[in-house]
Parts: sequence; structure tokens; C-alpha cells
Amino acid sequence: MKTEKKRRLRRNTRRSLINYAIVIAAYAIVQALNAGGNIKSSLQGQLVPICAYIVMAVSLNLVVGVSGELSLGHAGFMSIGAFTGIVAATALQAAIPAGWVRLMLAMVAGALFAGLFGLLVGVPVLRLRGDYLAIVTLAFGEIVKNIMNILYVGIDEKGVHIAALEGSRLVLSEGGVPIIKGPMGAVGIAKLSTFTAGFLLVLVTLFVVQNLVDSRAGRAILALRDNRIAAESVGLSVTKYKLMAFVTSAALAGAAGVLYGLNYTGLAAKKFDFNTSILVLVFVVLGGMGNIRGSIIAAALLTILPEALREFADFRMLAYAIVLIIVMLATNNPTMQQFFAAVMEKVRGTFRELFQKSGETVKGGGDHE
Amino acid sequence: MKKFLALLMAAAMVLAMAACGNNANNGGSNANNGGSNANSGGNTGGQSDAGNTNGGDSTGAVTLKIGGIGPLTGDAAIYGNATYWGAQVAVDEINAMQSDIKIEYKFEDDEHDGEKAINAYRSLQDWDVDVIYGCTTSAPCLAVAGETFADRYFQLTPSASSTDVTAGRDNVFQICFTDPNQGVTAAKYIAENKMATKIAVIYNNADAYSTGIYEAFAAEAPNQGLEVVSVSTFADDKNPDFSVQVRDAQSAGAELVFLPIYYTPASNILKQAKDIGYAPKFFGADGMDGILTMEGFDLSLAEGLMLMTPFNAYATDERTVTFIDSYKKLSNGVEPNQFAADGYDCVYAIYEAAKKAGINDGMSHEDICTALISAFTDSGFSVDGLTGSGMTWNTSGEVSKEPVAVVIENGIYVNM
Repeated sequence: MKTEKKRRLRRNTRRSLINYAIVIAAYAIVQALNAGGNIKSSLQGQLVPICAYIVMAVSLNLVVGVSGELSLGHAGFMSIGAFTGIVAATALQAAIPAGWVRLMLAMVAGALFAGLFGLLVGVPVLRLRGDYLAIVTLAFGEIVKNIMNILYVGIDEKGVHIAALEGSRLVLSEGGVPIIKGPMGAVGIAKLSTFTAGFLLVLVTLFVVQNLVDSRAGRAILALRDNRIAAESVGLSVTKYKLMAFVTSAALAGAAGVLYGLNYTGLAAKKFDFNTSILVLVFVVLGGMGNIRGSIIAAALLTILPEALREFADFRMLAYAIVLIIVMLATNNPTMQQFFAAVMEKVRGTFRELFQKSGETVKGGGDHE
Repeated sequence: MKKFLALLMAAAMVLAMAACGNNANNGGSNANNGGSNANSGGNTGGQSDAGNTNGGDSTGAVTLKIGGIGPLTGDAAIYGNATYWGAQVAVDEINAMQSDIKIEYKFEDDEHDGEKAINAYRSLQDWDVDVIYGCTTSAPCLAVAGETFADRYFQLTPSASSTDVTAGRDNVFQICFTDPNQGVTAAKYIAENKMATKIAVIYNNADAYSTGIYEAFAAEAPNQGLEVVSVSTFADDKNPDFSVQVRDAQSAGAELVFLPIYYTPASNILKQAKDIGYAPKFFGADGMDGILTMEGFDLSLAEGLMLMTPFNAYATDERTVTFIDSYKKLSNGVEPNQFAADGYDCVYAIYEAAKKAGINDGMSHEDICTALISAFTDSGFSVDGLTGSGMTWNTSGEVSKEPVAVVIENGIYVNM
């Protein structure tokens, strides 16, 4: 009976469905707690950034885990997305009063722009072998940060104006408002992001990434990662498939940037520096390369963790590092793995007994690892 | 097995850390308790918020919870720590006074980052904060100001000097000069004292503070008959090499170099100008304050350097001396700079306004916000502090006080 069920749903499909279920369940639980007023203000404020970081981690996993290239400039795409989204949302303020429509359009604009830059970076670089992508994306992230730092964007009735280097070069008519002010970043953003929007973006990201990985193209990407020569010999185009993964990842990071940017009234370009790229990479590595569920959990936990450690005062940075080390050791330690496996087996056994006693058949998706 | 041991060790360390962390916190709150215990003699039992919810001021002491936000770790930690300790000095002084208002004070780290600043703000909300003191730096302050405006908390920042922080928000006030204000003041000061007519500017164009001052200075300079002959930029305060910028100023024949930057890059500029034998006048803004106490800095380089600073740590009046004494006890000997003095003044400004507005424990943070706003913008309200006497505020939240310029002579500030 059970084996038959398992065969009916392919392993990958089942895994994907569980991921959706986890995200939806988490959303439902948080919303339920929120309705009851049981969530502390500090956690409530983190819900949107957590969603943004989950999207960042899942999309970076597509490059690092699935296609096997190292990208160190993911925050650069987030930055492009965020500032594009902020400009789009502010420019459309008069035309479209409905906040969620503007947020959606801003996300589309942010994703398109970030994807475009992903294409520009990817086309020359993905033709190279070795670690060149890592080096170029690293430089790309820094370039984006520095350009954003000297960029001045404003809007008046004639349209959007862009200037560089000095704020005095941005000439606006009387009713005009500056949107991005160089090193001060974007000022006076109308907050549009909500937890529900973040949740939907996570679902869309999962849908895009999981279906891409599960498709014919996804199998080609995996094949290229595992053995480039063998894959090329059967006629797979390296650049095409790697580019597919890279651009998708960049576009999703752009959308995450929009979600993140429109969650704050002020946003400086310095936020999206090398450290942010590395932070997202830590999510991916800790969650497991190529493991999408791991990325989701790691991103959520590691965003909450530093805040949960606020009680530790000055020692929280140290405590954070040690917790990271513990997680790494624990997940790779055979003794611990056996222990966890045994616990899971017990839990599963109990469930099985319970269900058998009540004469019910086990529903797929409830009791997996 | 070895790995398992390593794991155990790590777990033990976290536990030890937890213990340390808690101790540190307890230390802080003990200090507060000490303060409030000192004067709870006439008023036993009615101290906590819960105890006096309906009490009004008839019950005596009122507890005002001030929550501070600033960078205690990261690149900007020296500024955050200065505002943290500076305010702590004022809180301790007020709590030791025979006053009706007692202050509970908590400071959260924002790592000079908008997202972390919001997290810090939210955790202060969970602590039932009444008034927000911060943030120390402009960019995080901008993000927090949006939230406090929406949630109706009164906010007073010691050092976030961008005009964007207060623009359009009635609840946010500054105790420092705004960046444009400093730029305009500098241009006027240079022109009025006939220091020079050919000016060079070196500023950090990746920094909001530096850019803000420069832009206002550049706009005002022509009105004052000053000629800006050389403008050069850098993008990182850790930049070690300024020879290009200094040579550019030299070859343009500038008589005065205006440095609206922090003291770390400024110290390098002074050194490299001396190395190439270029000796113009140097003029800095308040970010220059702290250069004399910088580790490994050759004091002779700063001789003749002029800067605008609201706080003179070498002043001999009693209040400044007492402040420096108490501050050094908190900071383990670190000298206070203008950030610390701004922080000190912030707490006194909030205290004076709370006294004037008649804050009582039954008030929600919305009521306190409204009451403090009307107190601050009242024409009869003024505060004397370390960074200026007779400070007043307008409805836009900007402070009005006398700018002070000093010149460094024999390693100390001398008022000009």
C-alpha cells in the first residue's frame, strides 16, 4: 500500500510539495498567532526581511547548489531590484493608488532589471571555466554598491530624472521630489511590503525554482554541474543552461530586493555590500547546497537568531558564531546524525502505530523527514 | 569522538556566554535600580508602571523609559558607544537628584544598519519604551523615524544630522546641527573672519554626512565671495592614501582646505600634506572632534587646525569637568567627544520637556509623544547643555544654538 503511494508521487515532486506545505503552514501559524496578539513586536518586524532572505537564499541556491557556480555578488542584484522597485513604486504613486498593485509592478520591474544585469554579467563570464564567476560577481556587487552611492534620482511632472556624482546636478521643477539621494540612499519611501506579499513571493520563488530544477533544463543544469565534459559530449550547451539558472536567480533576487526595500522608509546602498552577499551564502551553505528546504529553514532561523540573542548584550556576536559552528558540527557528526535518525524513526513509528490503530491510511506529506 | 567533544566544548561556551551576557545586563539594570532606590524613600510600592497606571502625578515619582538606539558594534561603534555612555551619565545624574521623574534607560545595538535599527526599535517596543533616543547615525535613523512617526513615539536624535531624518515628521527632533546648517555656517565663518578666498574641499562622497555638508558649503561659498578651486573626493574612511587629493589642492593654490569629514581620514590628510610641504589652513566640521584623542596621532600635525564643534572637552566649567569625570568611569578611560556630549544633552532635553509637560505614569506613549512635541516647540522652552546654552527647537525639529569654532593650540581647543 505504502510503496505504491510512494511510487505514484515522484520523489522530487513529493519534496517540492512538502516545501510548499511547510511555507504555507508557517504562514498560517504566524497569522493565527498574530491575530491572537501573541507575537512580540520584535518578531513581527522581522517577518518581511525573513521572507526576503528566504527568496535570496533559495535563488542563490539555484546558482551555488544546483548549477555549481560560486556567486559572491548576490546582494548586488538585490540592490538593483530594491532601488528600481523604489523608483517604480514612487513614480506610479499618482497613477495607481492601490498599494498592492504598485508593489506587484515594482517587483516585476525590479526582477526585470536585476535579470537584465544578470544577463549582462553572465553572458561573458559563464563562458569561462573555474572560479571566474565568483571573482566577477564579487566585483559586480562592489561596483553596484559604489554606483548606487553616487546616484541621484528624482521625479517631477516631466518624469524621472537621473544624475550622478553630485546632488546639485539633479535639477527638479518645483513640485519635484528626490527619490534616491546618493549616499543617503532612498528617502521617504512609502512602505508597501506586507508579510502576505512576502509569503506570496516565497511561494512564487519556490514554484519557479523547483519547477526549473525539475524540468528538462534543470536536469541539464544538474548534469553540467556533475560532469561538464560528459554533458557537453551529449550536446548540452553549457552557457545556455548555466545562464538560465544565473539569470533566474538574479531576477528573483531583484524581486526580493523590492520586497526588502519597500519595507523601510529609508534605505542606503551600503546595506547591499559584500557582507550581505556572504550572509546569504551562509544561509545556503548551512542549509545544504542544492537543498531548497534547508535554505528556507536556514534563512529564517539565522535571521531570527541574532535578534533572539539580544539578551546576550556584547557577547551576542560571539554566541552567534558559536551557534553556527555547533550547527555545522552537529549536522556533520555521525553520532549526532545517528541520534537524530533514531529520534525520527521513533517519531515515525509512533505515528504509524497511531494511524494503524485508528484504521486510517497514512496521508502523503505528514510524516516525512 | 573528537568532533563530539568539540561540540560539547562549543555548547559549554555558549552557556558560559549566556551567563556572562546576563550578568552584564544585570549590571546595567542594577545601576538603574540603584538610582531609583536612592529616592524611593517617600514613595514605596508605587514605582512600577503597573503600580501607577491610574495614579497621575499625585503619587510622586514618575518613571520615564528612554530607549536608545545606536551602533555598539561594527565600523561606527565609537560613535554609538559615545552616545550610549554620554546619555548614561545624564540618566545617573537625574536619578540621583531629588526629582519627580525617574528615568529607566536601555540602549540597543543597531550595527549602523537600517534593518538592525528597526529590530532594535521593535525590541524596545517590547520593553514598553516611552521615548526613543537615537539613532546615532543618519541612515538607520531615517528608517526608524518612519516607524516612530507611524507608531507615535517621541524621538530625539543626538547626532543623526541629515535633514531627511526630520523632514515631514513632527515627532523627530535633533540636538545636533544639520549637515546643510554646518556647511553654510562654515562658509560664512571663513568669509567673515577673512581666513582665505581660495578654498579646496576634500570630502567623502559615499558618506551622507560629508556629502550633506559639502553640498551646502558649495552652494553658499559663491554668496560669501569664496572661490572653491579644488574639489576632490574619496569613498572610504579607511582610505590610507590621500596624496592625489592633497596635491590637487596644492596645485590649485588653495589657501584653506575645508575637510567636512571624520577625523580618521583627516589625520591622514594632515600627515600627507605635511609630508609634501603643503601648509594651508585646515578647517573641519564637528566630525573632526576626537582627532586629539586618536591613538598614535602626532599632535603637532593638528596645530592650527580649526573646527566647528559644539562641545569643547577642554573647557574648565564645572559641568563639563564633572561630565568628563563620570563619563570616563563608564567608558574605562575613553575621552568623551561631541557625540557623548550630544547624548548627555538629549537626556536633559527630554527630562526638562517631560517636567514641563507634566508627564505621568498613566500616559501612553502616544500621549507622551504629543505632550513632548508641544513642550519642545513651545516658545518658552529652552535647554542649557554641554553643547550650547539656550537651545530651542522649531516645528521642523531642528535645533537652534550658537555655533562654536575652535582652533587647536598646544594640543587643546581654544575658542576662536
